[in-house]
Amino acid sequence: MLKLDVLKRRGTFTLHARFEAPTPGVVALFGRSGSGKTSTIDLVAGLLTPDEGRIELDGTVLEDTRTRTRIPPERRRVGYVFQDSRLFPHLSVLANLQYGQKRAGDALQPIGFERVITMLGLEGFLQRRPHELSGGERQRVSLGRALLSQPRLLLLDEPLASLDAARREEVLPYLELLRDNLSIPMIYVSHQFDEVLRLATHVVLMDSGAVVAQGTLNEVSLLPELRSLVGSEAVGAVVDGRVTGMDTGRGMAELQVGRGVLHVSVRQTPPGTRVRVHLLARDIILGTEVPKGLSVRNVLEGTVVGITADDQETMLVKVDVGGPAVLSRVTREAAEELELHESMRIWVLVKAVSTRGHAFRLSAISAGS
Amino acid sequence: MPSQSLLSPPEWDALRLSLEVALRSVLFSLPFAVLLAWLLTRGRFPGRSLLDAFVHLPLVLPPVAVGYVLLLLFGNRGPLGGWLHERLGIQLAFTTAGAALATAVMAFPLMVRSIRLSLESIDRGLEQAARTLGAGPLDRFCTITLPLMSPGVIAGAVTAFAAGLGEFGAVITFAANVPGQTRTIPLALYTAIQSPTGDARALRLAVLSFMLGLLGLLLAELLARHARRKLGR
Repeated sequence: MLKLDVLKRRGTFTLHARFEAPTPGVVALFGRSGSGKTSTIDLVAGLLTPDEGRIELDGTVLEDTRTRTRIPPERRRVGYVFQDSRLFPHLSVLANLQYGQKRAGDALQPIGFERVITMLGLEGFLQRRPHELSGGERQRVSLGRALLSQPRLLLLDEPLASLDAARREEVLPYLELLRDNLSIPMIYVSHQFDEVLRLATHVVLMDSGAVVAQGTLNEVSLLPELRSLVGSEAVGAVVDGRVTGMDTGRGMAELQVGRGVLHVSVRQTPPGTRVRVHLLARDIILGTEVPKGLSVRNVLEGTVVGITADDQETMLVKVDVGGPAVLSRVTREAAEELELHESMRIWVLVKAVSTRGHAFRLSAISAGS
Repeated sequence: MPSQSLLSPPEWDALRLSLEVALRSVLFSLPFAVLLAWLLTRGRFPGRSLLDAFVHLPLVLPPVAVGYVLLLLFGNRGPLGGWLHERLGIQLAFTTAGAALATAVMAFPLMVRSIRLSLESIDRGLEQAARTLGAGPLDRFCTITLPLMSPGVIAGAVTAFAAGLGEFGAVITFAANVPGQTRTIPLALYTAIQSPTGDARALRLAVLSFMLGLLGLLLAELLARHARRKLGR
């Protein structure tokens, strides 16, 4: 567990970061630029000193202003992947990778050099200089360098922000691979919701220097605060489920979500795989009776647990489908006609096709949800 | 040696002395220059501006004045020179070592300036990265900061060396004009000009100075370029 409660003033800006994050796990610090995300992880790394507060990682106090405890950054064993990679220009890729490893001391379960090289695909350019690498390659080396310093916690500060779309897609799978194969807890700073969707297990939502919400991805995806950050069209519940069956011919996976089953469009997911689906509120249809004679593949039974105003014409309806909840955007007229109210029974209809491109494999091997 | 026809033995002496004095002055002042550049760039202490001005004084003072101050301090009866002479048996005034000291003081601002410029251009983020990878202060300085500022250190050293070859006022005041001891090329040149029969000698020495200076500056540029290329800039 990472426990954080720190205060840092900088001119007129006050950062008050307070959250608890499970370890291992990937916690996304999500928010606008200037909301204090990077300062927060700088405080965790020790690159910034808090004015007040306490940081604790798995029982070790990293910082406590009351007892004047402070472990300097070089002894915290907190890895940091910077947005601009910060590879040492005067050293080869190999020497960059070994820099932290040489200074790591004895780790309990050291991550071996060979393993990191293979996992990140770095075999080809160990002898090269950082300036001879592409942006994506630089970030992979930077990841490897941080991992080899045998960190107890890995901080990633928008590691994909300086890359173009193609390079981002090149690096993202490596990050997923690390999440699935290593038990190093990570804090992932981002202002891109799709990265959070693909990588995070928990989300801490930040705005103007304060934590406005935190929780699992499903919990946070239901919050109205998210709307201004991701945009109205991307509002929708994020649900995690386990694959129970696979129709390889049609590229459809059967996903157990709460009490129901969703058919989603996702590649190569053997039974047991955990899959995450972003169910966009605009794609979710509600019915007050058991639907018949529709092309829709997915029908989940649930209970209305909340109705909130969305904008001038629409409402957001929150439906509990037996565990996770989903969001549906309906017009005010429809809400009135259906006489939607809390605790009413309702059927949620999801077009399988609408999940195309919004479903992600979480891990090959499942270990509890 | 065929070149012996080009220069007379005293002129060879002057060349050898100039090189020796310049080299010794650079070797002696380099660590101090790095330290001072560090303090002036990174240090936060009262009196930093005063120290900065003090370091740059030799640039604006008459070299003769610098030599005179050195004579007062390091002469055998001066507070520092007396101590060195009695305790360690070291004499600086009127010796080659003294010429090197005077040269070092004169070239010091040039060296500090060059090192400081390269230190200021270093991305502090790289030092932070080294820190998160487990490197303590001295470790960081030796493995990250120093290599990254090496172009400035090299350029500063070579420039100071080239400038040191020609130092005149401070050397003649503090170390005098002793043939084979402190008579470097500029002092030999001065002596030749003073002599009614020294025209040819003066010309040869002037050309020699010119070539040495040019060579030094070219070398500085070449080394700096090489160092920059190694850093991928």
